[in-house]
Amino acid sequence: MNKHDKDKQPTPTTNSEPSQKLLDTKVSRRDMLRLTGATGLGLLLGGGAMGSLLSRGGTAAKAPVAPVQADSSIPFYANHQAGILTPAQNFLYFAAFDLTTTKLSDVKKLLQEWTTAAAALTTGRLVGNTNDSPNLPPSDTGEADGLTPSRCTLTFGVGPSFFDERFGLAGQRPSSLADLPPFVGDNLDPAWCGGDLCVQACADDLQVAFHAIRNLARIARGTAVLRWTQEGFQRTGEADPKNGTPRNLLGFKDGTGNPDVTDEAEMNKIVWQGSGDGPAWMNGGTYMAVRRVRFRIEVWDRSSLSDQEATFGRHRQSGAPIGARDEFDKLDLKAADASGKPLIPADSHSALAHGDGTVKMLRRSYSYSGGLNAKTGQLDAGLLFISFQRDLVKQFVTIQQRLSRNDRLNEYMVHVGSAVFACFPGVREGGFIGDTLLG
Amino acid sequence: MKFSYAVPASLLAASILFTGCASNNTNGNTAQSTNGAGTNTATNAPAATADAAKTAEAADFTSAIEQYRTFVIEQCDLFVKETEKFTGAVKAGQIEEAKKLYAPTRMYYERIEPIAEALGDLDPHIDARENDVDPAEWRGFHKLEKALWEDKTTAGSEETADQLLKDAQLLRAKVETVEIDANLLVTGAVELLNEVSSSKVTGEEERYSHTDLYDFVANVEGAQKIYELLKPELAKKDAALEQTIGERFAALQAELAPFKSGDGYVSYQQLKEDEVRKLSQNLDALAEPLSNMGTILGV
Repeated sequence: MNKHDKDKQPTPTTNSEPSQKLLDTKVSRRDMLRLTGATGLGLLLGGGAMGSLLSRGGTAAKAPVAPVQADSSIPFYANHQAGILTPAQNFLYFAAFDLTTTKLSDVKKLLQEWTTAAAALTTGRLVGNTNDSPNLPPSDTGEADGLTPSRCTLTFGVGPSFFDERFGLAGQRPSSLADLPPFVGDNLDPAWCGGDLCVQACADDLQVAFHAIRNLARIARGTAVLRWTQEGFQRTGEADPKNGTPRNLLGFKDGTGNPDVTDEAEMNKIVWQGSGDGPAWMNGGTYMAVRRVRFRIEVWDRSSLSDQEATFGRHRQSGAPIGARDEFDKLDLKAADASGKPLIPADSHSALAHGDGTVKMLRRSYSYSGGLNAKTGQLDAGLLFISFQRDLVKQFVTIQQRLSRNDRLNEYMVHVGSAVFACFPGVREGGFIGDTLLG
Repeated sequence: MKFSYAVPASLLAASILFTGCASNNTNGNTAQSTNGAGTNTATNAPAATADAAKTAEAADFTSAIEQYRTFVIEQCDLFVKETEKFTGAVKAGQIEEAKKLYAPTRMYYERIEPIAEALGDLDPHIDARENDVDPAEWRGFHKLEKALWEDKTTAGSEETADQLLKDAQLLRAKVETVEIDANLLVTGAVELLNEVSSSKVTGEEERYSHTDLYDFVANVEGAQKIYELLKPELAKKDAALEQTIGERFAALQAELAPFKSGDGYVSYQQLKEDEVRKLSQNLDALAEPLSNMGTILGV
């Protein structure tokens, strides 16, 4: 019996007291299977075990049930890749890979296998077909078995090094896809830079996101290896039912000025490559900039509120521009006090990031916590900055050059990692990730 | 060092207040540290501090500010004098002599760094590290540091040496115009420790000479000087805080003591991992209460 084939699987018990309880608490048959699957005991031990599991009262059933939502999967097959305009999930697990093969056919095979796996991972199905054979290691690593898809998205891209001499694709490299120029103050550690390939896994559950990367890395063995990974988080939807703008680890709202992802025309202007922008295989794709930005947390913590607000150009509590009331009030860089001094300092983060307002990008960053800096005993925490844009040079580089030279915030942070990737257009059912380039 | 090209507005704002005092001092340019304490302070105190404190019980910082001004000018004078010797050695091709003078010379600067940072581009000109600025604009101490320790030659460094001395002299001239108020003192003390925290304690400041401990000590001394000057006001306002800060300074000094070597300090490379961490954590333990000195400015 294939316990994972949920749709064909009969309910293990029908009239017993536990299942009655389940009905009382509005637990669906599927949810119950998830519950039993998660414990891994239900079917092995039969009805008795189920009984003891559930007889602990409503709590045992309720805990895993609460987050279950029918709409918790985000379609993998679409015109554009998911995880870009998708409202940010609670967690991120980011992975950069290096290809160890030199054969393009291996790369193509990997992307095909990743496509199949991604379709399963984003819908909460198990990866592979050998999950029940006693003589084989299960093809899915199992830690997300029984969990909901948790709005898992997997976003794939290729870095500039993908177009070096190894695969004969140099002529296909989009012109803006190149290692970023050095910015003033960069303190990059090669261990946090670059990658031939990237996978951005986002989900409302960290275990689901980890599971996705783990299984993709497993599939890649022999063809590609992990180069660097980073977990990311933001406040969860549960902690912020009003769904306000998330705060970064400096305590300020981050993302207030982001463009509206529901505005298709704006997205075509800012995010998606259009025909004529670059090589045709990237039409409908986008370019990703990733920066691992360590915050000098201890230093920030001892700066006064007025310094903090002048650094961001916004009020901490409301998120409003200095001198304004509401978070979404216009950033009026001309507003001045009685003496003519700008209310929002010209070298504040908001003022510089905004510039004259003509250059925009879509930010989709997550906070990270990397434990302790062994050297200083200080927290290694900050922001995994991620932005999507139609052109890396015209958008990200332009803004980052402005910021790196003058931003007051530079005193409180240091860029330690950097990578850029071309994120393919979306995959159609029957196709595979990157088929516009390798198909 | 940390800077932006634009002058931090908080410092500018802070500086508007004290123009009167500043001009008084323009010709008192030699070391008068001993007598500056409290002679002519009481007269212009209320007007000077009312804005900064914005409190009815406005504390009197006039004496502290004047003493700090004297300290800054004294450090600046010594800085120019020693920089002259250092750049002279560089220009004469005396590599060993220049190396010996490098770190002690910088200490005069490091003690008063926030003042230099309030003077626009002077800090990057004097103290920028290699990746702090565009390569074409890089000049100052660390460029010479690289020549001395990494390239092991002073050939081609003459212009940088001349420029550095000019920048040092410019700092000395401009420092007369820096308006000092209590807010600058309070934030300056914390900034000095932040400097340590951000680059010196990690060995990133002196990446070629590994003389980071000189900077470390000088920054701490600069912060301690400010603390000592503000101590009487602080004791009135929050005696427990005043005591805590004093204890933490002592703890950090004790932590630094074993690394003294002759007139100077051991190379950063000689520090063991756990010693670096302990220094860093002791520094944070001091800087946290120190950042609450702002309480004397009122709420």
